[in-house]
Amino acid sequence: MPSLRDYRDRIKSVKSTRKITSAMKMVAASKLRRAQEQAEASQPYAVSMSEMLARLAKNVILTAASPKLLAGTGSDQRHLLILVTADRGLCGGFNAYAVKELKQKIASLRAQGKDVSIVCVGRKGRDIIRREYGSLILETFRDVFGKNKVDFAVAHQISEFVLSRFEAGEFDICSVVYNQFKSVLIQTPVTQQLIPFRPHEEELSSSRAGKKDEADQSSAAVVSSPYSFEPGEEEILSKLLPRNFSVQIYRAMLDSSAGEQAARMTAMDNATRNAGEMIKDLTLQYNRARQAYITKELIEIISGAEAV
Amino acid sequence: MSRTIHFDLVSPEKKLVSEDVHMAIIPGDAGVFGVMAGHSSLVASLSIGLIKLYKTEKDKPRGIFIMGGFADVTGTKCSVLAEEAIPVEEMNAETLAQDLKNLNEDLGLAKDGAEKAQIQDKIRVVQAKLSAVSAV
Repeated sequence: MPSLRDYRDRIKSVKSTRKITSAMKMVAASKLRRAQEQAEASQPYAVSMSEMLARLAKNVILTAASPKLLAGTGSDQRHLLILVTADRGLCGGFNAYAVKELKQKIASLRAQGKDVSIVCVGRKGRDIIRREYGSLILETFRDVFGKNKVDFAVAHQISEFVLSRFEAGEFDICSVVYNQFKSVLIQTPVTQQLIPFRPHEEELSSSRAGKKDEADQSSAAVVSSPYSFEPGEEEILSKLLPRNFSVQIYRAMLDSSAGEQAARMTAMDNATRNAGEMIKDLTLQYNRARQAYITKELIEIISGAEAV
Repeated sequence: MSRTIHFDLVSPEKKLVSEDVHMAIIPGDAGVFGVMAGHSSLVASLSIGLIKLYKTEKDKPRGIFIMGGFADVTGTKCSVLAEEAIPVEEMNAETLAQDLKNLNEDLGLAKDGAEKAQIQDKIRVVQAKLSAVSAV
């Protein structure tokens, strides 16, 4: 049976753990707010960009000369998956969920006989998959989630790397796997195809059929308005598509960073609560042990006195 | 004549400008063009250069320097997507001239072609900024 001092020490250590987890929770909460603000601030750009692209894509007739980012390479043999995870752990199942999605994707692609390679954004994802898929990892971008915000320059750097590989003809289809921020409690891992570009692809979620109707309607509206393009559609597209790729990566990173903070907040909240319960249990046991000790001493004294 | 057009300037990180203007002068890839209310619908790619915003017909224009981007124009709205934008007021001709001088020195020291090309790109940007500052 542990001594009274053992109990005291354990209670003390759990208390300091609780202090740490509750501090982490508060830090995550404030970072989450900032991440959400940033995600909101990036909305207008992303929205205008996708509007513009949708308009353009409707006006361009796909030919062999069309930009490859839109038309594809004509094959779907080689896939590149970009895995976006956090740089740090202690955020519940956040990283594991994204990796699980990635593994499923890899398994299904392999079952179809496709080749797969991976680019990791964020340190944790790489750490998890290194053992199993180490040979598939082309590149890892570490420490990309800055202290306070996700820098667009980083997203740009990643997209330049990927696009240069695409131009070198190293893969045909590129998708990004990340945790989509639904709410503070829910982050869903999703896979989104970025190359070749597909308009309205972002509405991957639930009601697919309904969304599709909407997309058709809006595209009908787009076609009816006469737009002029300066310089030609093709030139703009060839400039706009790489830009859009960066923006999509940036968006995935923002979503992921907001999701990370939310997941961390939830995880730390749970940890704090568990620590509280543990302290309660331990205190109870401590008191019981102390009482037993006092009773034992009393009995010893009394029986000693009786013996005289 | 008080018809205005809504002008938005957005970067991936935030909305930089959102206001009603009389006219906006925009540096397109295919040439500089002006946008006023009722402009025909247009999508254009932009080069490095200066956007001029005229609040009213007679006002002195406000200049914003952009590092290329895209413009999406409709009859009532003009949105410019730019990765980097600096208001001209925040740029200083003297420091820019100094930058240019430094870069020219760097160019002399550059060893290989790639480095030279990089520096030349930077010089072009600084020169464009300089001309933007002097244009307003």
